[in-house]
Amino acid sequence: MTINDLPALSLVPKTDVTQSAKDFKSDQEVRWCPGCGDYSILSTVQGFMPELGLAKENIVFISGIGCSSRFPYYMNTYGLHSIHGRAPAIATGLSVSRPDLSVWVVTGDGDALSIGGNHLIHALRRNVNLKILLFNNRIYGLTKGQYSPTSEQGKITKSTPQGSVDYSFNPVSLALGAEATFVARSIDSDRKHLSSVLAAAAAHEGTALVEIYQNCNIFNDGAWEQLKDAETADDLLIKLVHGEPIRFGKDGNKGVVRTADGQVAIANVAEVGEDALLVHDAHREDPALAFALSRLSEVHTLADTPIGIFRDVKRPSYDRLVREQLDEAREKKGAGDLQALVRGNDTWLVG
Amino acid sequence: MAKQVVQLSQVIIRFAGDSGDGMQLTGDRFTSETAGLGNDLKTLPDFPAEIRAPAGTIPGVSAFQLHFADHAISTPGDAPDVLVAMNPAALKANLKLLRAGGTLIVNTDEFGKRAYEKVGYTANPLEDESLEGYNVIPIALTSMTVEALKDFDLSKKEAERAKNMFALGMLCWLYDRPSQGTIDFLTSKFGKKPEILKANIAAYEAGWSFGETTESFAVQYEVKPAPMPTGEYRNIHGNLALSLGLIAAGQLSDLPIFLGTYPITPASDILHELSKYKNFGITTFQAEDEIAGVTSAIGAAYGGALGITTTSGPGIALKSEAIGLGVMLELPLVIVDVQRGGPSTGLPTKTEQADLLQAMFGRNGEAPVPIVAPQSPSDCFFAAIEAARIAIEYRTPVFLLSDGYLANGSEPWLVPDTTTLAKIEPNFTTEPNHELPDGTKDFWPYLRDPETLARPWAVPGTKGLEHRIGGIEKADGAGGISYDPDNHDKMVRIRQAKVDAIARTIDPIVVDDPSGKARVLVIGWGSTFGPIGGACTLVRDAGLDVAQAHIRHLNPFPSNLGEVLAKYDRVIVPEMNLGQLNMLLRAKYLVDTVNYNQVRGLPFKTDELAGVITDVLKSL
Ligand SMILES: Cc1ncc(C[n+]2csc(CCOP(=O)(O)OP(=O)(O)O)c2C)c(N)n1
Ligand code: SF4
Ligand SMILES: [Mg+2]
Repeated sequence: MTINDLPALSLVPKTDVTQSAKDFKSDQEVRWCPGCGDYSILSTVQGFMPELGLAKENIVFISGIGCSSRFPYYMNTYGLHSIHGRAPAIATGLSVSRPDLSVWVVTGDGDALSIGGNHLIHALRRNVNLKILLFNNRIYGLTKGQYSPTSEQGKITKSTPQGSVDYSFNPVSLALGAEATFVARSIDSDRKHLSSVLAAAAAHEGTALVEIYQNCNIFNDGAWEQLKDAETADDLLIKLVHGEPIRFGKDGNKGVVRTADGQVAIANVAEVGEDALLVHDAHREDPALAFALSRLSEVHTLADTPIGIFRDVKRPSYDRLVREQLDEAREKKGAGDLQALVRGNDTWLVG
Repeated sequence: MAKQVVQLSQVIIRFAGDSGDGMQLTGDRFTSETAGLGNDLKTLPDFPAEIRAPAGTIPGVSAFQLHFADHAISTPGDAPDVLVAMNPAALKANLKLLRAGGTLIVNTDEFGKRAYEKVGYTANPLEDESLEGYNVIPIALTSMTVEALKDFDLSKKEAERAKNMFALGMLCWLYDRPSQGTIDFLTSKFGKKPEILKANIAAYEAGWSFGETTESFAVQYEVKPAPMPTGEYRNIHGNLALSLGLIAAGQLSDLPIFLGTYPITPASDILHELSKYKNFGITTFQAEDEIAGVTSAIGAAYGGALGITTTSGPGIALKSEAIGLGVMLELPLVIVDVQRGGPSTGLPTKTEQADLLQAMFGRNGEAPVPIVAPQSPSDCFFAAIEAARIAIEYRTPVFLLSDGYLANGSEPWLVPDTTTLAKIEPNFTTEPNHELPDGTKDFWPYLRDPETLARPWAVPGTKGLEHRIGGIEKADGAGGISYDPDNHDKMVRIRQAKVDAIARTIDPIVVDDPSGKARVLVIGWGSTFGPIGGACTLVRDAGLDVAQAHIRHLNPFPSNLGEVLAKYDRVIVPEMNLGQLNMLLRAKYLVDTVNYNQVRGLPFKTDELAGVITDVLKSL
């Protein structure tokens, strides 16, 4: 696949030089805590960017507020570190008015799902041409450790000494419910998997939401550890691959099947047989199955957690539709004539 | 038989009816015909926030006031000479406004017992003596309309609906206004419904003939055109003028316009207008809320568009944090606040000037934002261009403070020659602006123009100038994150100095003092220009001396303002708030101003203001 096949990027100028990860490193000193999962994500993104072959000056990173939102300062592209929760709205204004840019949003679980929840769902339903990277560490990092909308119920934090009573959001379920056309999940430490998801997101026309499980080793250390530890991961992690039967567990002993009532369930492959396994179809128009898959994971134990691309369907981006209306207006009415407009069509002469 | 024609120099007429009676439309049409005749005019729509409150109730009354004259006038008029009341509720709500001895045209068909009791009359006001002080003209408007339309294939209800056209026809005859404009208007509005179109025209014509033949009107009136500078005129509302000014600013700066906004009275019409003109390169974005409205405009400005956001006071409250971001990022942004009665939801359809201090100070930290305020409906055009000029040239958010009265009021406007409007230069940076010690060139996003203190505007897509900006304090010049105390102190002062420096490019304030002998100055801002001007004229007509000045730039103030204030023995500051400009003037210039305040949701009355001025003059 060449870059020109990617509808999302067809209007973005390409580079004529060979880029490397180094070209995407800014001169700013990185200020995350040593060991923070944000480092691995940054390095993966910097390593992945050259693959796109885009002119560096046509790439923009926009973020809100939070540890994760410092991200743009470290990318040697254009960047805007804004205010808490508003990055999707700022990026919408930029993306809609500049089709020649590749616009990325970096946000956290608090930034995207608490204060910025409204902007996130509306960007998703509109399908603005944005790639949103949601760093989910299930905690408020920058404000030093309060529970977040993705924290599990009962979580003990500074603001919830007896355990939080809030029920949590599942960002993938939320995005699917908000009419998202592309929804994926990956893990900070899995460079290969994350890169592949990012590539698919970049190629998608419209909003792509990528939830990235990220470790905050200071305030919520090990939140995703079971999914990373080779000992436990195989048994918990479901890797979704488009066109392939959904199978996981040690030696692939488990799989996902559809039940008689249309739901999905985990089954023992030896019992149900390979042919009974659900074949993952990320391009299914109907989001119900993707939603059902997103509901498999268990909030506390992380059992049966799917990663990969849940949904990737085609719908014209908001940007494109807006542009079409502008073009149509110009074609029909011609470029505007200011004097005629100011004059209007109901005038009278004096003298 | 032709009736006698009486010349009048001016008329104030007020149409009042149920929200469903089409009074705004009737007023608009009468205004258009009046404008076309060359009278000077000012209008004031006065309608409830409810779309259609229950019929026949006081909350459901919608009114439209028009003042027209054969000479220059400055307000929609204090007390109407003529009140058209379509039902008892309209009578009850508006009678107190009518001048003593004024003409009251009432639709008798709507004065049934149930109808007048509904609004609290115990007897029919048309039959007792309560209206004795007025020249009452009872007319069976509804039944005559129905009668005139009896040959049409319409239900009774549909026929009754045309009664506003009957009334319009009648008044157009009474004041000798032409009909063709209204017929053209109806044709374009109802072109697809020929039966309704014909019925409306028939009702209009029936009203006209009734006026001509009825004994109720002994005379016909004529108001001669007002002397005005020669040229081509149109009638214009403030929100339309403001929209056209924004479009003009886009053309003058050669920037695409991006409007990010969320609907709110009385600002929504600007969105409606701008969304019609996509062929001018205008993108309108109806966001999920005000915060997204302003932040999307900031995003677009970052990309090199003229970012605009429009709202009213409650929306500004939501946008405050983002406006602070705009101050920090130093990007052009025009913030339109069409003020309405507050606080909270307040009086959505009424006017007020109580957002001045919100615009001035309503942000965290030291966050200065320039403020421009138009003084009349047509001036909204030029004020919008001025706001955009400051925003673009100084890379800053700018407030454009209009209000409900300007937004919905209208006046004749000498159509400007747009080719004479000054260009606005965005001056994008496309080359590195700084050299490192080793000789390599780089880009410093906060290296300023020494004259304006504006920072470079380098938009994404510009090769070699990749840079990061944000809401965190930045190092002077280079723009990286900086928490250094001295740097912060310096940056706060630079941002203030940049806004202060705008004063160098704005016109000095001019004082209107025809006799040159005034010892009292009346100073205002925004939509009070007309009422203050009218009041000063009344005072001068009474042989007294008074000076008037009006502030267009509220931040920074014109550089000669302090000097001007110091010249007078007394400075009166009338405002539709509790003294916000007054507070700023006192704080900045240490003058012992006299404030006069009303917050009734309505513009000042000139005779009241004239009384206030006269009292101050007499106290000297
Ligand atoms: C308007 C506003 N409210 C609150 C804050 C304080 N604040 C900063 S970051 C943050 C939470 C960030 O959490 P998350 O988005 O999960 O980011 P993380 O630090 O975990 O990456 C909060 C509450 C703020 N900066 N602005
Ligand atoms: S607080 Fe947590 S999320 Fe923030 S930088 Fe430190 S480790 Fe990373
Ligand atoms: Mg977080």
